Amino acid sequence: MTSVTDQSAGGLTESAVRERALPPSPPVQKAPAPVGGPTSGARELRLDLFRGLALWLIFVDHLPPNLFTWLTIRNYGFSDATEIFIFISGYTAAFVYGRAMTDRGFVVASARILKRVWQIYVAHVFLFTIFLAEISYVATSFENPLYTEEMGILDFLKQPDVTIVQALLLKFRPVNMDVLPLYIVLMLFLPPILWLMQRKPDLTLGLSVMLYIITWQFDLNLPAYPNGVWFFNPFAWQLLFVFGAWCALGGARRMAPLLSSRILLGICIAYLLAAFFVTLTWHVPRLGHFVPRIIEQWMYPINKTDLDVLRFIHFLALAAVAVRFLPSNWPGLRSPWLKPAILCGQHSLEIFCLGVFLAFAGHFVLAEVSGGALIHFVVSLSGIVIMSAAAAVFSWYKQVAAKGGKDAKSAEANADLAGGGS
Amino acid sequence: MRATAGLIALTLLWSTVSAGAEDAPPPGCEVPANLLTSENTLKKVAETVSTERRLDIMVIGSRSATVTTADGSGFPGRMEAALRDKLPTIKVSVNLELQIKKTAGDVVSDLDHILEGKQPTLVIWQTGTVDAMRAVDPDDFRTAVDEGVAALQKHGADVVLMNLQYGPRMETMITTAPYLDVMRVVAQQHETPLFDRFAIMHHWNETGQFDLFNNSRGVELAKRVHDCLGRALASFVIDAARIKPAELRTQK
Repeated sequence: MTSVTDQSAGGLTESAVRERALPPSPPVQKAPAPVGGPTSGARELRLDLFRGLALWLIFVDHLPPNLFTWLTIRNYGFSDATEIFIFISGYTAAFVYGRAMTDRGFVVASARILKRVWQIYVAHVFLFTIFLAEISYVATSFENPLYTEEMGILDFLKQPDVTIVQALLLKFRPVNMDVLPLYIVLMLFLPPILWLMQRKPDLTLGLSVMLYIITWQFDLNLPAYPNGVWFFNPFAWQLLFVFGAWCALGGARRMAPLLSSRILLGICIAYLLAAFFVTLTWHVPRLGHFVPRIIEQWMYPINKTDLDVLRFIHFLALAAVAVRFLPSNWPGLRSPWLKPAILCGQHSLEIFCLGVFLAFAGHFVLAEVSGGALIHFVVSLSGIVIMSAAAAVFSWYKQVAAKGGKDAKSAEANADLAGGGS
Repeated sequence: MRATAGLIALTLLWSTVSAGAEDAPPPGCEVPANLLTSENTLKKVAETVSTERRLDIMVIGSRSATVTTADGSGFPGRMEAALRDKLPTIKVSVNLELQIKKTAGDVVSDLDHILEGKQPTLVIWQTGTVDAMRAVDPDDFRTAVDEGVAALQKHGADVVLMNLQYGPRMETMITTAPYLDVMRVVAQQHETPLFDRFAIMHHWNETGQFDLFNNSRGVELAKRVHDCLGRALASFVIDAARIKPAELRTQK
């Protein structure tokens, strides 16, 4: 069974093929062995798989807590699906646009990246519109005096002029709409990052670490509306994105010997277990006594906004263990059971937006039907099914369009959408 | 777990039907025991109650400490009634300091003024809602709550922190998790009890004891919820101060 990419590659122009298939044959030396490991031109399915899973988890985490929530990784450690999503986005973006930069030059690649940024921005505004519609409905229909105070949150509807402009400026971001603005900012700065990364990868990573440290030292962040700061601080989260890019452009290959060391594996597993135990104390407070007070004081709060170092390390440990136990030629990657997640991962922007929309819709359904555990379960499951089905349709369409449209132009545009570094 | 919750709900339903008595505690107020106990104790409360036989409580709260602004149907008033009921030999007084639309930071900077000339034994600080609605930086919120608790303790009062309300329809609009986390952490660090209003209301909603999705404009539901919160809070305070109402009675 070949991947969708392989099947559809036939009809594309050469440049498009290069953009879509992950490591193409010439730059094999660039294809990092453990993370981006394939030696053929096949797409790295592990990335798609994990990104697809991350998209599902983000969707589930955006719903009110329910049975499914217990399956999400944030209940078992410090980091969550957002880390996976941002890292893989950095990885694939660097891979796809890095090739474009080598082949077509800085200007063309940058233009292509900016086009992608525009698409994400439009997607964000579209989601905001849906949010406004839902909120306005709630505002006019819900007047339980128990929540008089909380309903004050809807006061922004009284001044749509300010609110909508602030939303367009990415400063006003309602619940669950924080990831795309982060992504927009990261992609906006991708051209210079890539340019430098192709010349001095370690320097770029070093600068990124430095920016991260400065951010922590001086509390840098972007302002939000009506007050506060961005929930995902781009100055801090860029570290994951740049690290992803660094791995894609050879870093992972260089880390291969380190990653295969048993000692590192042991450390990673020990850290994951420790994190698991600490997380357990959040759910079973009685266990809290076993965590020494000094460690508690040093550790808390584990800051998500600024990508706490504990979260970052947790992600690294998870990634190291995943790479170790899931080789890129793992036959399971071809199994039909994982196909839905892989397909979702291959259309991440579309599926991400769909996921946010479905989370809104899910909230709405749960609010209207006054859901019990069963309805919760049904909503979560159908959301994942809808995401997978949509991804399958996108893949099918991409294939058909690629076969039909022989002219380079449409194929290229299509490749931009599909292989795009999201 | 859900089966157990369902069973509890059924039992409650049954007890509603079977109790029937007008003055019995309203059904559906039941709260899981672990939400009504705290490992952190209220030493000042215990001491004042046993030596001076009085208990002055100040509630610093936002709009959600009330049902309608004026009367005693909010949880502070209901707690006062419950405490008087449970501790008949103790002189209980509860005062509500309403801080509408103030963040934790606003309250802390005004704390001197709020406490002026008052010497409460216990301060119940209900906060977090305004901060969550305005998406105040959780770090700033943490600093504010931290400073506030320290200042209250320095003023000579025991402190109980009370977190946000749970509202199923609010989840789309307000991100509560970071604020709940901060309050849990600060309470732990100051070894002060946290009354988990969020978890309690969530439990009521899950087990169907209250239909918090309810759309009606009447104040009935709100009054019943606050009544139950007041009762739960009274039990929580008595438990955290390790007071044995029976012993108090025999001492008399």
